[in-house]
Amino acid sequence: MSLPLPVKNPALFNDIAHWLCHIPHSRVLQIEFVQGERGRATLRLPYQERLVGDSRTGVLHGGVITTLIDNTSALSIFSLLDEVSGYPTLDLRIDYLRPATPGLAVYCTAECYRMGREIAFTRATAYQEGNTQPVAYGVATFMRRRSFKGEAVQGVTP
Amino acid sequence: MSQSTQLSPEALLEFSPYARLIGMKLAVVDGDLRFFLPFQQDNIGNDQLPALHGGLIGGFMEMAAIMHLLWIRESHAVPRTVDFSIDYLRPGLARELFASCSVTKHGQQIANVQVSVWQDTPEKPVAVARAHFLLD
Repeated sequence: MSLPLPVKNPALFNDIAHWLCHIPHSRVLQIEFVQGERGRATLRLPYQERLVGDSRTGVLHGGVITTLIDNTSALSIFSLLDEVSGYPTLDLRIDYLRPATPGLAVYCTAECYRMGREIAFTRATAYQEGNTQPVAYGVATFMRRRSFKGEAVQGVTP
Repeated sequence: MSQSTQLSPEALLEFSPYARLIGMKLAVVDGDLRFFLPFQQDNIGNDQLPALHGGLIGGFMEMAAIMHLLWIRESHAVPRTVDFSIDYLRPGLARELFASCSVTKHGQQIANVQVSVWQDTPEKPVAVARAHFLLD
C-alpha cells in the first residue's frame, strides 16, 4: 500500500461521493461519506432496526452490507479519475466473516487496486468501531462504459 | 415432511424487517415459492437511467435464497450466509423484479443456492448469483 495522496480530481470525487450518498436507495439506508484519498474511499452506515435481516438476532441483513460495499467500491474508482465515466458493477463477491454487532454503525473502506483501461478491480473491508476483525470482505469488478452517453452519472458534474 | 409445517409467505416476511423495507413479496404458485420485488422509488440506485440499485438487487437475491431454504427445509432456523457472489448482466430497470432459486447442493452443514432475477423473461436475467449457507 502506497503512502496516501489526495484524490485525483477533488471536484469530481466530491460530486460522486455526494451523489452516491443521495441516490434514493442510499438515502433509505442513510449511507454517509467519511473520507477519500487516491485509490481509497470510506463510507458509513448507521445501525437501524429496519435494516435487520432476522428480527430475533437484530443483525443487519447481508443485502445492506452488499449495498454499502458496492457504493464504497464504486467510489474508490472515482478517486483515481480525472474525468467522469460510467462504471457499472460487473460482479461482486462478499465473504461474510462474522455477524455485524447490533447497535453499531458499519464502516466500509474500499481500494481500487488495479485500474485498467476498461476494467477496474476493487477490494473492500466492512468493519465496526472497536473491533479490528472485519465483518465482511468484498471484491468486485467494474466496467468502464466505452461509449459513455452520460446516462450513468450524468448530472453529478456541473 | 408434511405441508402443514411449511412456513407461509406471510410468516417468512414477518421475520425480516429488511425484506419489508425493500417491499419484497412472496407467493406460492404451483407449489413453488416465487419472489417479487414491486417497483418503489426508494429502491433506485441510478436516478439518471433510472435503474434499481445493484446492492439492493443483491440484497433481494440473498433474501430470496434464505427464504427459499427456510421454505424447502420447513425450518425456522435462519441459514447464515457464508459468501455471496453476484454477476450483473443487465440494468435492473424501474419496474418489478422477479427471482427464482434452485438448490444446487443440500448437505448436512452447507447448502449451495443459485438465484436468478429477471424482468422481461427468465431467459434474460438481470443478474445471477450463487451463495453458500451454513445450516443449523
